[in-house]
Amino acid sequence: MELTGAQALIKSLEMEGVEVVFGLPGGAILPVYDPLLDSSIRHVLVRHEQGAGHAAEGYAQVTGRPGVAMVTSGPGATNIVTPLMDAMMDSVPLVVVSGQVPTTAIGTDAFQETAITSITMGITKHNWLVTDPADLPRVVAEAFHVATSGRPGPVLVDVPKDVSNARTSWYWPSADDLDLPGYRLPRAPEPGLVRRAAELLLGAERPVLYVGGGVIKAEASEALRRLVDLSGAPVVTTLMARGAFPDDDPRCLGMPGMHGTWTATTAMQRADLLVALGSRFDDRVTGKVATFAPGAKVVHVDVDPAEIGKVRRADVGIVADCKVAIEALCEALEELGSTPEGRARPGTPAASRPDLGPWHAQLAKWRQAHPLRYEQTQGGPLKPQFVVETLRELSPPDTVVVTGVGQHQMWASQYWRFAEPRTWVTSGGAGTMGFAVPAALGAKVGRPDRTVWAIDGDGCFQMTAQELVTATAERIPVKVAILNNAYLGMVRQWQELFYEERYSEVYLSPDLPDYVQWAEAMGCRAFRVESPEEVAPTIEKANEIDDRPVVIDFRTDAFEKVYPMVPAGASNDEIIEGPAQGEGGR
Amino acid sequence: MSTSATVHGGSRHHILSVLVENKAGVLARVASLFSRRGYNIFSLAVAPTDDERFSRLTIVVDVESAPLEQIIRQLDKLVNVVQISELAPEAAIERELLLATVRAEGPARVEVATLVAIFQGSVIDVGPDQVTVAVTGTPEALDSAEDLLRPFGIVELQRTGRVALPRLGARRRLTPVADRSA
Ligand SMILES: Cc1ncc(C[n+]2csc(CCOP(=O)(O)OP(=O)(O)O)c2C)c(N)n1
Ligand SMILES: [Mg+2]
Repeated sequence: MELTGAQALIKSLEMEGVEVVFGLPGGAILPVYDPLLDSSIRHVLVRHEQGAGHAAEGYAQVTGRPGVAMVTSGPGATNIVTPLMDAMMDSVPLVVVSGQVPTTAIGTDAFQETAITSITMGITKHNWLVTDPADLPRVVAEAFHVATSGRPGPVLVDVPKDVSNARTSWYWPSADDLDLPGYRLPRAPEPGLVRRAAELLLGAERPVLYVGGGVIKAEASEALRRLVDLSGAPVVTTLMARGAFPDDDPRCLGMPGMHGTWTATTAMQRADLLVALGSRFDDRVTGKVATFAPGAKVVHVDVDPAEIGKVRRADVGIVADCKVAIEALCEALEELGSTPEGRARPGTPAASRPDLGPWHAQLAKWRQAHPLRYEQTQGGPLKPQFVVETLRELSPPDTVVVTGVGQHQMWASQYWRFAEPRTWVTSGGAGTMGFAVPAALGAKVGRPDRTVWAIDGDGCFQMTAQELVTATAERIPVKVAILNNAYLGMVRQWQELFYEERYSEVYLSPDLPDYVQWAEAMGCRAFRVESPEEVAPTIEKANEIDDRPVVIDFRTDAFEKVYPMVPAGASNDEIIEGPAQGEGGR
Repeated sequence: MSTSATVHGGSRHHILSVLVENKAGVLARVASLFSRRGYNIFSLAVAPTDDERFSRLTIVVDVESAPLEQIIRQLDKLVNVVQISELAPEAAIERELLLATVRAEGPARVEVATLVAIFQGSVIDVGPDQVTVAVTGTPEALDSAEDLLRPFGIVELQRTGRVALPRLGARRRLTPVADRSA
């Protein structure tokens, strides 16, 4: 069968099971947009290519399937550089197809020519410039394979216009046809290392399972629950792992690190064993590395060999898929006599393990003494934490929450109670402002059955709000709660605490723009909430709207700060808890 | 893993022999990885192999700048990198080529020729008051040759950076990265 390169490309995407592409056309990608008209693939026309990238990320994060975006050459391609970087930092499987000037024009500074493969070399897992139409099906298959296997990540396929216009004969490669001689995937975990890790778990008095985003990527939540049952160890879930283990389980200590709960952060500091599962000892988690978890032995499980020992030396390093490794660890624990009920079989190594009772008692005491706290007074300024808590109470428990970057993101992570994986979509490693609106849109496309709430900052909202036009036009009913504190709040917080309240370029204004009018102009229903009493009724109203996007402009207390806080570069022993109750929020 | 190092120019160096796919942009990927992660390349040589699908990079890395293990693991993640071997200097044959134009008038011309002959090099071009010489040898031998040529007055000098292969009988000392356990 003879096809054009463009037809072969679209057919290849269909073969990969792609159901939706987020994108925006232009000259160099024009040929590819033509066969799209005849394809079963849905195209969502974004208003800015950054939106396409983040939407594809949101889609990927909630579905576990790769997100796909399509852009034209030059500025179209550079507009998606930020999402590629974001996906690289958070290991999100993303396939970006970019148009390129014809191969004959490459290198001549042709109109809208940019060397996007060079630009994105360091922020993709891999990228390809296709120069022969016959390569297209194979390269697409390779791109999806690389994006989704091992440690997932973004890839880019750059397709020159003459390549998509040329004719080629159709084929679909088998796994053996992929030409990736240097791409290796981890093998099964080494039994000896797994056994050693299990023995360390059974020898520990103060173990902590340090769970990262890798557990969600590997669909290992079930396995993790079994590991917690078998080991009795408490769990901390990093910003990327919120929802990997339910917050309502008493063994879940919440998020550790810079804005983590006092107990999660301190449990790691005092632990004698950290079992890192798909986590990477990020500086937002460890604080000052030299004083991080000083008494802990480390078991580190990661699918990426380069993570083992990168920041912290591992006593046992296991390179494997998290789910496979956790299951192996469970089996090893059972062989050593552990049972899911916590009672060891008599005469086994598990029977003589240290009692974890004192550790759990200690954790419970800490939790009681150091809860997350804020005070919503009657008639006082509206507290952002109160908005998040009320939103959680009044929305379905399986609601997907998506955030921007800043204070609102930390409050969302702290005060939402997560029950299941893939209900939390945030920009972690990159901290990309403007992530929320487009990512929420993508999440809603991926999970139309779920309520999707974006919890956004006023600053972030202004970066990508135009994607609400996309949401309205494409009938993607996302909901956006703007925690409007009239400031680039997180930066303001640092200036208040570390720069003697010298506020430099952080004030935004609460009503410029008028968020309600703006949202309405984009086809959304919109509400403004200024007092605590209005919060619940307005959220209820918003939750009932399902035919268009909704925006609520919550006017929140500009002086509220995110606590606990470990200042950047400080030791995790130096947690600032903020003013005590009754001392006021300033 | 082994942490064999040579002392060269006062800092610790390792030789990595990296088999890569012979595709456009591969060298840029390797170079960009080094700069992005803050590693220093001391010298780099690229050459085709007997299999036209692959090329071999011989990279001498300055290990002061980062732990070798981390460099290797990051390098290994590049999709176009097929195999990485660390060559322990004592188990490797290393060669490098030096070309130098030196001032050599009258009797100095003979002196330069004699000196170069000691290093099994040769005079490959002659001008009225300058000669160009070529010397092949170990990087250390070339260091000496360079030192001895300097008093004549070096006009231009180029070195290729080293290429290396494992010594015969020492092949087992190659450590393919894929086989290293964590
Ligand atoms: C693209 C980008 N630019 C700048 C920053 C630095 N930054 C981090 S948080 C923040 C403030 C965000 O303001 P807002 O969206 O209002 O959230 P708030 O902290 O007030 O909740 C800024 C500017 C960033 N993370 N991303
Ligand atoms: Mg703000």
